[in-house]
Amino acid sequence: MSDRRPLSFQELILELHAYWGARGCVILQPYDVEVGAGTLHPATVLRALGPAPWRAAYVQPSRRPSDGRFGDNPNRLRSFHQYQVILKPNPPDMQELYLGSLEAVGIDPRRHDIRFVEDDWENPTVGAWGLGWEVWCDGMEISQYTYFQQVGGLDVSPVSGELTYGLERLALYVQGADRVYDLAFNDPQSPDFRTYGEVFLESEREFSAFELEFADVAALKRHFEDMEREVPRLLAARGRQGQPLVLPAYDHVLKASHLFNLMDARGAIAVAERQSYIGRIRDLCRGCAEAWVELQTTASTSGQGGGPS
Amino acid sequence: MAEYLLEILSEEIPARMQAGAARDLERLAREALTAAGFSEAPVRAYAGSRRLTLVIDSLPAAQADLVEAKRGPRLGAPPAALEGFLRSTGVTRDQLEEIDGVYFARLVRRGRPTAVIMAEMAAALIARFPWPKSMVSGSGRTRWVRPIRGLLSVFDGEVAPFSIDGQAAGRHSQGHRVMGNTGPFAVADFESYRAELERRFVLLEADTRKARILEGARALAAGAGLELVEDPGLLEETAGMVEWPVPVMGDFDPAYLELPAEVIRTTMRVNQRYFALRKLGEGTLAPHFIAVVNIISPDGPGLITAGNARVLEARLSDARFFWDEDRKVKLEVRRDRLSGVTFHAKLGTMLDRAERLETASRRLAAYTGADPDLAALAGRLAKADLASGMVGEFPDLQGIMGGYYALNEGLAKEVSEAIAQQYRPQGPSDAAPSDPVAMAVALADKLDVLTGFFRIGEVPTGSRDPFALRRAALGVIRIALENDLRLPLGDILGEMNGGEPPAGLIDFFRDRLKVALREQGAKPDQIEAVFAIDDDDMARLTLRLRALEGFLASENGANLVAGYRRAANILAAEARKGPLPEGAPKRAMTPIEERDLHDAVAICAPKLASALAGEDFAEALRDLAELRAPVDAFFDKVLVNAEEADVRADRLRLLQAITALMRQAADFGALAG
Repeated sequence: MSDRRPLSFQELILELHAYWGARGCVILQPYDVEVGAGTLHPATVLRALGPAPWRAAYVQPSRRPSDGRFGDNPNRLRSFHQYQVILKPNPPDMQELYLGSLEAVGIDPRRHDIRFVEDDWENPTVGAWGLGWEVWCDGMEISQYTYFQQVGGLDVSPVSGELTYGLERLALYVQGADRVYDLAFNDPQSPDFRTYGEVFLESEREFSAFELEFADVAALKRHFEDMEREVPRLLAARGRQGQPLVLPAYDHVLKASHLFNLMDARGAIAVAERQSYIGRIRDLCRGCAEAWVELQTTASTSGQGGGPS
Repeated sequence: MAEYLLEILSEEIPARMQAGAARDLERLAREALTAAGFSEAPVRAYAGSRRLTLVIDSLPAAQADLVEAKRGPRLGAPPAALEGFLRSTGVTRDQLEEIDGVYFARLVRRGRPTAVIMAEMAAALIARFPWPKSMVSGSGRTRWVRPIRGLLSVFDGEVAPFSIDGQAAGRHSQGHRVMGNTGPFAVADFESYRAELERRFVLLEADTRKARILEGARALAAGAGLELVEDPGLLEETAGMVEWPVPVMGDFDPAYLELPAEVIRTTMRVNQRYFALRKLGEGTLAPHFIAVVNIISPDGPGLITAGNARVLEARLSDARFFWDEDRKVKLEVRRDRLSGVTFHAKLGTMLDRAERLETASRRLAAYTGADPDLAALAGRLAKADLASGMVGEFPDLQGIMGGYYALNEGLAKEVSEAIAQQYRPQGPSDAAPSDPVAMAVALADKLDVLTGFFRIGEVPTGSRDPFALRRAALGVIRIALENDLRLPLGDILGEMNGGEPPAGLIDFFRDRLKVALREQGAKPDQIEAVFAIDDDDMARLTLRLRALEGFLASENGANLVAGYRRAANILAAEARKGPLPEGAPKRAMTPIEERDLHDAVAICAPKLASALAGEDFAEALRDLAELRAPVDAFFDKVLVNAEEADVRADRLRLLQAITALMRQAADFGALAG
């Protein structure tokens, strides 16, 4: 590692923003609907579909209710942060770009053993899969690197390259810390230094209790069914320009997905029901994906430019 | 003679696919060379984490010219036909030859330059390369395992050009991604390519990488007074994950050694691809590991080793969490959760399977000599660990963890060992269980899978055996053979299937046994001779074969077979003329040789029956061997086809008696002459 002070959690994000911003990415904000992974942000799932080029980077807080440990486990969180980059089409030097981003945050590939280890990614709830790797730094997985092949059950063309950095993992590594709550959130020399724990520990404690013990299963189930009705209704509706309401419909898919995760964390999903729930969400997502692709295609053929956003 | 060199540089190729990729590359190249008339050219292929390389030696500069005489119309055919022929062949009327009233055009097909053929071959094999999983990248169309980053195609020192998705092949390669001079370098031939790669920290050959890992790891271990736990699969994998292997040693908190050794080793191997170490002279693991990294850091390995050690400790901490949590719940309670785990849509849940195993283990205890209650308990709990945290994390530890948890609960040692060994033997190098309770459960596990999948028609075909039924059948066979168990499979499988055994299953077992015996060196004709007997007991069939092999190796045996064949030939020839005579001889036997043989058969028959009933097959064949002298004497002195019909009939009856007697031991007619 270089001579400079290791980056704080927020500096890590700012460095990545600067790095990817300089490489043509639009720097977006986290999506404001609960999701389990950065991939689910419409800036990835929907933008990966259709012919239009696209480059984006953003942080996405990712909620995994089943992973809640009430703030007791030093490494496991129910909500953590993914740094997500999508490059469409994937440029030929994407691996070098990725390695450059590691250098930018203080991980020198000449001094650390960086490896690309086979790990083919799939997300059955959004009908997406791709080939790629988990990236190891000295034996630790710090990123997921994927070339999308299908999204929403549809083949993608061109192919997008997706990078997902586990920000807490990366920060633990860069800072040499053992407990996520001990991470320096901002510069330790700053006038108001904060650790990661000071910012998020209370949230971990309360939400672990909510998600694992207090969430109302009957209500979750009702909400899930509401979402399931909303998606086809919104896809059938028409906006002022005559388009199906794909983006609002997709929001409801995300909500359904999160409700499913909550029911799962509450132990309310029998093993036999699991596949059926996943299939229901996948079907909703597929409907959105198809409508989105159609919209993209008609938009580009009718000369309206880059399509809706 | 010239050399062709092809390198396909790509992003990281999964280690598990590399050996197959090298084989496929070589095969596809050979096919193309044969089609081009270069079948003699030696081919070598190499695979590593970022490149596939192909080198072909001893190529000529061009193909030889081919001369072909193309048949045209007959003389006197309508002029239009002749004109058409001239147009299609491009020759003139006076160049045609006439042979037997037919026009022929001599066409010379010029041999094409080898460089062009090589370039076409390269483009074609890339286009149809059989990766187990492949992808498209960017806006390209070509499927490859990961994005292609560079193509090198050099014939006799010059570029043999082609391109893939707009990417042109050239004469440049690249070394290690971060070490050495990382820019592209020009390549003239294979030897310089290999040497230049090595200078740039890339070892081309997998075997060299493996040797480097093994030497380095052993030296590190020896230096610390430890011994490397060798693991060929892991060696293969790590050699496919690095271009410049550098083994480094790190350590972990010895407190983790309280975890079962299998858990530590599996965590290391599956999650981190680390080698384990053990204390010299002891079987126990040492709190150290060896990682194979891909760089030499200018700062030394300290930072890298420390990073790896930290990751391993976090992994071991997770494993200890599962170990502690799992032991809080008894197997009997955990077993109930199997009702939510589907075994197969048509074969019910894992709980259904556990219930079947309980019944089957109790029943099989009778054949293995086990206490039926212990066998039933072990069968009942055998699958409970599938619902444990540890097995959820490490499926490879199924059975093994159940064994530990059973021991931890204070269940009988036979029970815990039976649970631990239920999946054994898993392969040729894995030992089969030998304790009676463990045998009963291991047999029940495999027989249940076989019965179930055969009943629903999920039978292996060709190379497709998704449920590993061949391995299961072979496991049953090995347990029976190695422990000399008598297993009447027809009865056992019939009962498990609620009536008759599923169609084809007994034959499936017999076929697996045949394959296994052939692999052990048994002669196919001798196997056929024994398998002609309708026997569903695998150990007994094998004993029959061993006895036959001993018999045929003896002088008496070999001669008796000749006698059998002679008798069978005569009978076959007679049978073609009409029905063979039946019943007892009708006359006083003469000459003496005929009577001696008749008496010998009469003496042999009860002895043979008793030896066979006692399953002493060697004795049975020794009894048959007693027939050799009288058979030889009979054929020497007696004419079967006597003129008198009653004499001939008696002698045919005698021959039938001999062949029928002998066929009780084996079908001697199936033996090669």
